[in-house]
Amino acid sequence: MHLYNLTLQPPTAITQAIVGNFSGIRQQEIIASHGTRLELLRPDPQTGKVATILSTDVFGSIRSLAAFRLTGGTKDYAIVGSDSGRIVILDYDPKTSSFVKLHQETFGKSGARRIVPGQYLAVDPKGRSVMISAMEKSKLVYILNRDAAANLTISSPLEAHKNGAIIHHIVGLDVGFENPTFAALEVDYTESDQDPTGEAFKKAEKMLTYYELDLGLNHVVRKWSEPTDPRANLLLQVPGGQLASSDRFDGPSGVLICCEDHIIYRHMDSPQHRVPIPRRKHPLDNRDRGMLIVSAVMHKMKGAFFFLVQNEDGDLFKVTIEHEDEDVKALRIKYFDTVPVASSLCILKSGFLFVASEFSNHHFYQFQKLGDDDDEPEFSSTSYRSFGMENPTAPLPHEYFRPRALENLALADELESLDPILDSKVLNIFPNSDTPQIFAACGRGSRSSMRTLRHGLEVEESVSSDLPGIPNAVWTTKKKEDDPYDSYIILSFVNGTLVLSIGETIEEVQDTGFLSSARTLAVQQIGTDALLQVHPEGIRHVLANGHVTEWKAPPGKSIVNATTNKRQVVVALSSAELVYFELDLEGQLNEYQDRKAMGSTVLALSIAEVPEGRQRTPFLAVGCEDQTVRVISLDPETTLETISLQALTAPPSSICIAEMLDASINKSQPTLFVNIGLQNGVLLRTVLDPTNGQLTDTRTRFLGSRPVKLIRVQIQRSPAILALSSRSWLNYMHQNHMYFTPLIFESFDFAWSFSAELSPEGLIGITGSTLRIFQIPKLGTQLKQDSIPLSYTPRKFIAHGNYFYLVEGDHRVLGEPAGEKKLAELRQQGKKIDQEVIDLPIEVFGRPKAPAGTWGSAIRIIDPVKAETVAYIPLDSNEAAFSLAVVPFSVRGGELHLVVGTAADTTVSPRSCSSGFLRTYKFTEDGRGLELLHKTETDDVPLSLLAFQGRLAAGVGKALRIYDIGKKKLLRKVENKTFTSPIVSLNTQGSRIIVGEMQESISYVAYKAPENRLLVFADDSQSRWVSAATMVDYNTVAIGDRFGNVIINRLDPKESEQVDEDPTGAGILHEKGILMGAPHKTKMIAHFHVGDLITSIHKVAMVAGGREILLYTGLHGTVGILVPFVSKEDVDFISTLEQHLRTEQSSLVGRDQLSWRGYYTPVKAVVDGDLCETFGRLPSAKQSAIAGELDRTVGEVLKKLEQLRVTTSGF
Amino acid sequence: MSSELRYTANTQLEHLHARYTGTGHADLTKYEWLTHQHRDTLSSIVGHPTLTSFLAIADGVSTARVKHEMTEKMLQPCGPPPKKDDD
Repeated sequence: MHLYNLTLQPPTAITQAIVGNFSGIRQQEIIASHGTRLELLRPDPQTGKVATILSTDVFGSIRSLAAFRLTGGTKDYAIVGSDSGRIVILDYDPKTSSFVKLHQETFGKSGARRIVPGQYLAVDPKGRSVMISAMEKSKLVYILNRDAAANLTISSPLEAHKNGAIIHHIVGLDVGFENPTFAALEVDYTESDQDPTGEAFKKAEKMLTYYELDLGLNHVVRKWSEPTDPRANLLLQVPGGQLASSDRFDGPSGVLICCEDHIIYRHMDSPQHRVPIPRRKHPLDNRDRGMLIVSAVMHKMKGAFFFLVQNEDGDLFKVTIEHEDEDVKALRIKYFDTVPVASSLCILKSGFLFVASEFSNHHFYQFQKLGDDDDEPEFSSTSYRSFGMENPTAPLPHEYFRPRALENLALADELESLDPILDSKVLNIFPNSDTPQIFAACGRGSRSSMRTLRHGLEVEESVSSDLPGIPNAVWTTKKKEDDPYDSYIILSFVNGTLVLSIGETIEEVQDTGFLSSARTLAVQQIGTDALLQVHPEGIRHVLANGHVTEWKAPPGKSIVNATTNKRQVVVALSSAELVYFELDLEGQLNEYQDRKAMGSTVLALSIAEVPEGRQRTPFLAVGCEDQTVRVISLDPETTLETISLQALTAPPSSICIAEMLDASINKSQPTLFVNIGLQNGVLLRTVLDPTNGQLTDTRTRFLGSRPVKLIRVQIQRSPAILALSSRSWLNYMHQNHMYFTPLIFESFDFAWSFSAELSPEGLIGITGSTLRIFQIPKLGTQLKQDSIPLSYTPRKFIAHGNYFYLVEGDHRVLGEPAGEKKLAELRQQGKKIDQEVIDLPIEVFGRPKAPAGTWGSAIRIIDPVKAETVAYIPLDSNEAAFSLAVVPFSVRGGELHLVVGTAADTTVSPRSCSSGFLRTYKFTEDGRGLELLHKTETDDVPLSLLAFQGRLAAGVGKALRIYDIGKKKLLRKVENKTFTSPIVSLNTQGSRIIVGEMQESISYVAYKAPENRLLVFADDSQSRWVSAATMVDYNTVAIGDRFGNVIINRLDPKESEQVDEDPTGAGILHEKGILMGAPHKTKMIAHFHVGDLITSIHKVAMVAGGREILLYTGLHGTVGILVPFVSKEDVDFISTLEQHLRTEQSSLVGRDQLSWRGYYTPVKAVVDGDLCETFGRLPSAKQSAIAGELDRTVGEVLKKLEQLRVTTSGF
Repeated sequence: MSSELRYTANTQLEHLHARYTGTGHADLTKYEWLTHQHRDTLSSIVGHPTLTSFLAIADGVSTARVKHEMTEKMLQPCGPPPKKDDD
């Protein structure tokens, strides 16, 4: 088996984000790291929307990012620390819209290792040097400068290593133009490693150390080192230094040290200031827990600066420093607002705050005010003795604030993110859908959601109005060439035409010059200010002065088809003749002297728009009933001569020629595409060679069950094609990438562009007798998301009947029943309860936190089609649900029961619980409700459940058991306790159970009914941390592991047969184990590193009638597929292409693609489709060189890649 | 100095051990080996964003907390060293 891996939806989690002027223009941009991808986001200060400019796979893991700017420069560069053992400086080139690697310096081995730098980056604020640090010991300093030609230069590295030091954080100090200095938080372990008494460990001090880069001596010295708070986790740069022009100091310099529960200001030779991190005044909150700052940002304005720091609940605090020159007078902190917990905060100069959430959607806020003049309590270091440092080891008294709704910020935009996907299902349950949907349980805590992902573009309807009859076509037109918006809507009915004018209202008009008593075939704004209507009897040319010239069809013949552009008109007569008209310089429409007989009824016609600066387009495409398409010349010298002919598999229904810029074919010039829609619902897209008129490079796609209608429309001011069949598709360009995506909307009978003041980029369409005006707001997206909110982190769900059954649960929070109980208790004690704080929406503020071992959990029933929760059953007595299964118990005549595996008082580390339970429920109201039958105690957490031969197979801790249903309990029938780690996944076929262990990979278990035995007969020779598994066939299993690998293992069919033939299993029982395991071993047949933790894997067909593929989801929001190759030829071809691309495309972080995809084990039998698809972005010279080596044309290579994607995923 | 350096007579090897923390040698004690393993694992968790997220979700804490606790744990991941019986 050979597989092709393709990412359908790249990870959406942002691990870090930086802000800067990366394009070198005044506008600020954001670079976000998605772990394995870099994305450039451009916020629009006017609209407050964030647009993706560029997103690129780096084939490596990004661990740190920093922006810097050389002194006096106007452009920011990005420095990337990754797992490549290299430091890379990237420059964004706006011309090619790509990142350019300016420098790549190697310093160590690849991999996220302990002593290889890459984990932390710190930049001197004046852009003179950068420090890159490892988790332990190693720190390297590079000097950045310009050469004579103003190019960025980087020095060889200077070492600032310290043996035995664990590094918590580093930051560049703001020292103005003095020698660049870096601060590091370090702990030395050499002493505590030597001291058996543990005294040294207790006394181990966290040091704040300054490293100074002496630019004169080219040397790094350890300048200063002082112990600080042992629970410090984060350093923040405090502005400092003097401006040359004035004596004023920008700030006091130094650092803010964020520690658990407080923040300290610290600088060499100056007094420290300490303030507590305020806590929520919430009656249910656990007040003993420590408060950590998780993310922070410093913002400098004219003559002032402030910090925004965020705690683990998402509360933002504004920290300010009062200073006189270099002396700090006070450190102050006050509550600002509450936003989602961020992995990075970015403040833009235009007054926006970008919150890259650590989980779920990313938010973009606009500052309303800076929290300066409100009555929020402020806590100052001056209110404590010695500025809060009287006794640095003792905590400061707790301070409190009242959380409230946003006051200083207003939400401007939200970027959808699937991160984390915890479970998923791929099913086709939507009515009128021929492809399956992906259902993903996403999110964390109270911001969780159940999302439905459908391949397609979201459509936003703005107007929908019913018409008196059923029109067969609709057009819009301007009156004059240079009108900004359309003036008329023309509707064609079977025996009439209706003209509506677009103004403040849309109303019918009569005196337009259009013929209203016949149906219309085409409408065109022609020349500078004239209009044209083609109807079966003739052509009406309405001049600007209202005068109408009419061309009448010859007697006995009528016009059956027409195509027009600004200067040309071609009509086909019922006698299968073509008549050609062209506009002359006086604005008169002239008929060409000859008519062209086609010999077969003309079904479709198309000419392209007149190219800029030309008189005419030289080609006409004609589709005839004899299943051919002919290209006919309109050139004055060879007018109406047939140039080329292409045979089709079915009669054409529509043709559309459009010039579009497809960067994979031609990067500089638009390509002329002839799109041919067939009556059987197939679309052919061919390239029309402009020199000889030949049709080449045909690509096919099945659109739907109805004959295809093609319409040329305008999307983002460039031509696009709307293809209508039983589904509507849009073929458009977005950021140099060509998309072909279905619209998620009712199917249209006809559609056209629509441009009015209120919707400049709209479309107008008809479905039946309804006229709809709509927009497509999210161009460039492939998946439309609809979400249902959840209460806690979803754990697992199953589909059964029309509903989804989902278990959700959160650790360290107080669930609803427990919360209510505690509140009642507090009320009884006569405590005053702040109801306003209790009533704050939990989606924003989260649930009250509780100590470890406390859980909030629930079972939920969801109707996925209506997108609503049908039932919600919270669990009490600190129980949390972890697994579920629908079991048809055969002793009850196959009656279906829902079994939910729960555990009470669970702790995660060390793994323990007071008791596990198997809750057995009966379905009520056709599955809309549940009735608890009984609870069965277990000795460990049941992490996986499975219906198995009319009974329940359960992985309870490390034991695999089979239960049957009893009156008061489930009855344990058989058990196997040979597993060494908890069982996390169960799959079955026949009497075989595939057991996935948390740490020990997959085991094959046979159930021998006569002897009632569960026997492990085969396992893996390697240990793997299984996170998801599914059976590919009876002997083969696909495994996703915790480190981001997908593995396919297969058992030898002979061995498998042998086991099945043994009726009692005595043979297996007495067989000798291999490698301290089962007697048989599986063979690994494929292995690939995806780079995201695999949370589910399914074997499905994604397109109607398509092949079955493996679809996986990743924790950070990845959705990808593994497609089996059908022929050996394809394997050879694509893997050779991959080899070539490996040498051509070097990773942006300097990681070797082959070693990245073989992170833990070398890649086996999988081709990296993401790499192969970069072929389309290569310069054409390189493309042809590679294609030449492969003995193919560039078009053939591109076609093959597209085919691999489209035929298997439909994307 | 740790036993790593004490037993390596070869200065070049000694240099290598000083340079590449975590490299094993013939006289490595069980405790040292285990501590190295744990420190490597902990730093690997901090270095891989997906693993940090995974642990954060499982334990109901923020990713920053996971990173912080893991880094803190690197100081002494396996408890104090066993008492030495000097030879």
